[in-house]
Amino acid sequence: MTTFLDNVFNGLALGAVYALVALGFVIIFKASGVMNFAHGSLLLLGGYLTAVLHDDLGFAGALAVSVLVTAAVAGAMDRFLLQAGGGADPHAAHVQTIVTIGVDILILTDLSRRIGGDLLSLGDPWGDSVSGLGPVTVADSRIAAIVVSTVVIAGVFALFRYTSWGLSLRASAEDVEAAALMGVRLVRIRMLAWCLAGALAALAAVFLAAFPAPGLERTTGQIALKAFPAAILGGMASPPGALAGSLLIGMTEALVAGYQSDLHVLGEGFGDVAPYAVMVLVLLVRPTGLFGGKAAVRV
Amino acid sequence: MPEAPPDEEPALRVEGLDVTYGRAVSALRSVTLTVPHGQVVALLGANGAGKTTLLRAVSGTLRLHRGAITAGRVRYGSTELDGRDPVAAVRAGVVQVPEGRRVFAGLTVDENLRTGGLGLGRRRPDQVAEARDRVFTLFPRLAERTRQAAGLLSGGEQQMLAIGRALMTAPRLLLLDEPSLGLAPQMVYRIAEVVREINTQGTAVLLVEQNAGMALSLADTAHVLEVGEVRLSGPADELARTDAVKRLYLGETTDDTATTGTDTTGTDTAQTAARTEGQGAA
Repeated sequence: MTTFLDNVFNGLALGAVYALVALGFVIIFKASGVMNFAHGSLLLLGGYLTAVLHDDLGFAGALAVSVLVTAAVAGAMDRFLLQAGGGADPHAAHVQTIVTIGVDILILTDLSRRIGGDLLSLGDPWGDSVSGLGPVTVADSRIAAIVVSTVVIAGVFALFRYTSWGLSLRASAEDVEAAALMGVRLVRIRMLAWCLAGALAALAAVFLAAFPAPGLERTTGQIALKAFPAAILGGMASPPGALAGSLLIGMTEALVAGYQSDLHVLGEGFGDVAPYAVMVLVLLVRPTGLFGGKAAVRV
Repeated sequence: MPEAPPDEEPALRVEGLDVTYGRAVSALRSVTLTVPHGQVVALLGANGAGKTTLLRAVSGTLRLHRGAITAGRVRYGSTELDGRDPVAAVRAGVVQVPEGRRVFAGLTVDENLRTGGLGLGRRRPDQVAEARDRVFTLFPRLAERTRQAAGLLSGGEQQMLAIGRALMTAPRLLLLDEPSLGLAPQMVYRIAEVVREINTQGTAVLLVEQNAGMALSLADTAHVLEVGEVRLSGPADELARTDAVKRLYLGETTDDTATTGTDTTGTDTAQTAARTEGQGAA
């Protein structure tokens, strides 16, 4: 029973971090129709900045700078690279998606060169301390992951709901032209969405590199790939879907890893494959994802 | 008004306008027309004549359709609108209600109305409240449904919402693209009343319509577009009496069509049906 609770808690923590990444995917997709394949690299960039700056600036300062810089890089990438060809042409999303693959390679190559085979510490305050939570013992970093993610995600949802940026984003996601006619500044709204997604990725990097992970390595960005199925099975354009998908993926991974010995028929390392298996299963039943497809539309 | 207009009675002036799509397809050729302050001007023409293109040129959305102005100019008062983005048009007081209503289906009625102010930046709450009151006075039915998803409204209610959303920008010129499209005759009549009411309150209207009977009954002046060029222009009641217009747009037979529009219902629904089929195929 204790093992089970351990696993559930780990799953919750993993899911909360994946949600930060998946939400970034979804925000970008909603705002621009682009699948951002450079998201993993942005995440790695954020983690790397925190790692190299925390000696000088302290953890909080380093994280703040990293979040801002990553947001700026993501925003600049959208504004000056993807939108360069004349702004909001709704047909260009596919081309722009391919461009993100190129950007991913550029950023990843450079960061890999810098990081090499090292394991970087991000200097987070939780270290490897653990707390007893009722019958289970959990890493403080995971408690922090859950708390921070919950607060940040609630904040993002509030942005969607209550700000004119959020309204502009939701309107233009539904109908670019109608939104443009109302005077929504498509270029700016879109760029800000990319900034937000970049900031979330930089934040997620902290928790992906924190205990019990050994630290930031050059492959940390690939973890973003696990948030990708989370975003897809949630419906790709649905923020609540990304949240549900992330929790499902996190839980699956934790449970599969926790009961690895009972699942050995499936082979070593099934935990890495499990997110994709879940994604395929969900999509078989609901091809548009858990929250995808058209909402209420009267014909 | 966000800023005081430099001229008291601004008019929309379109002069020698050429529009091309994808650098190849010519959609408008030297189109010249004026929408004077406070008037209703109707723009008639068959499918593909260039009516919507003209509205796009004014509202600044040609670029979303890979179109561009290749010659001529569009001015509202002293503001140049050609080559500008839609924000410039909205700020100048010109707003377009797109064909097919295009309300944000997943957003509530209230949120849809809030989008009609996003281009104006920060406004004082009382200005927003005033605009909203005006919309709810025109369309009491919207006031009852503020929390409902716009996609669940009926076609007529959606058209009201689309117009209401545009009115939230407190425009001085409203561009209406086929507001009667796909609506029941009774609702068409209601929309016509609303257009008249909006105009009475001081907003000029450029009305694009297939329903020529309705449009001519509302308009002060009218223009007929054919394959990208203005073929006929004149006072609406005179145009309604010309043989060409009678034959092509009002149906050949009677005189009392202009007021009710019933005579055109046959051709109108046929065109609507053809259009719906086209959309289905696309």
